[in-house]
Amino acid sequence: MDQNYSTIGRSSRTKQAIEINKVLRNTYMLLAMTLLFSGLTASISMMMNMPPMTYLISVIGGMVIAMFVLPRFAHSTAGIGIVFLITGLLGFGLGPILSMYASVPNGSNIIMLSLGGTGVIFMGLSAYVLATRKDFSFLGGFLMVGFLLVLVAAVANIFLAIPAMSLMISAVVIMLMSGFILHDTSRIIHGGETNYILATIGLYMTIFNIFISLLQILGIMGGDD
Amino acid sequence: MDWMKIVAALALIMFIVYLFPRARHMMENSPKGSSADWMGFVVPILVIVLFVMLLVQLV
Repeated sequence: MDQNYSTIGRSSRTKQAIEINKVLRNTYMLLAMTLLFSGLTASISMMMNMPPMTYLISVIGGMVIAMFVLPRFAHSTAGIGIVFLITGLLGFGLGPILSMYASVPNGSNIIMLSLGGTGVIFMGLSAYVLATRKDFSFLGGFLMVGFLLVLVAAVANIFLAIPAMSLMISAVVIMLMSGFILHDTSRIIHGGETNYILATIGLYMTIFNIFISLLQILGIMGGDD
Repeated sequence: MDWMKIVAALALIMFIVYLFPRARHMMENSPKGSSADWMGFVVPILVIVLFVMLLVQLV
C-alpha cells in the first residue's frame, strides 16, 4: 500500500518536473525569438530615421497592450502574436535612442557594452537561480514596492531633470530588474508560473529595462549624454 | 518638448495606479525570507553593481 502511494507520488513529481522544464524551455525559446524580433524592428526604426517621440509612443503602446490586452489572450496561441506585437513595438521605439547614441563619439561602444552587459547580467542571474534552485518568492513585495518608488522618482525627475537623479534611478532600476530576474526565474522552476507567454513578457521587460538603464549610465559616465 | 513630458508623466502615473493594488497584494502575501535567503539575494546584486562599475570603467 505504502509502495503504491510512493509510486504515485514519484510519478506526480516527475510529471510536474517535466511540466516545469517545458515552461522553462518554451519561455527561453520565445524570449530569444522576441529579442531577435526587437532587434529587427529597432534596425528598421533606425533605417527609417524615426523621431525621438517614437520611443514614448511605442513604450506607452507596448505597456497598454501588455496590461490590458495580453492577459485576455495569454492562455491561447493568439498570446504569442500579442507578445511579438509588444516586443516589436518596444524594439521599434528603441530605434531613435540607438540612433542618438550611434551619432555621438564612442556611442557605438556604449551600445555594444550595454548590449553585452545586459546579456551577461541576464544569463549570469538565470544560471545562478537554475544552479542553486533557491526560492526567491519572498522578494515579490519588496521588488514591487521598490519599483513603485522608482516610478514616483521618475515622474518627479521628468520635471526636475537632475542628471544625478537620472543616474541614481537607472542604477536602482538595474538592481530591481536583477531582483525580478531572480524572482521570475525562481517562480518558473518552482511551478509558480506555468504560463510561458506571461513568463516571457516578464523576463523581456526586465531585459529591456536593464538595457535602457545601462545605456543611460554608460552614456552619462562616458560623458557623451 | 513640454507636451512629451506631460504625456510621459501621465503614462507613468497610470502605470503606478495600475501596479499599486498588485504591489499591496504581493506585500501582504509574499512569504518572509530568512537572513540566509536575503544573503542569497544581496550577494548576486553586489556582483551586478561591481560588474556595472567595470562597464563604466570600460567606456
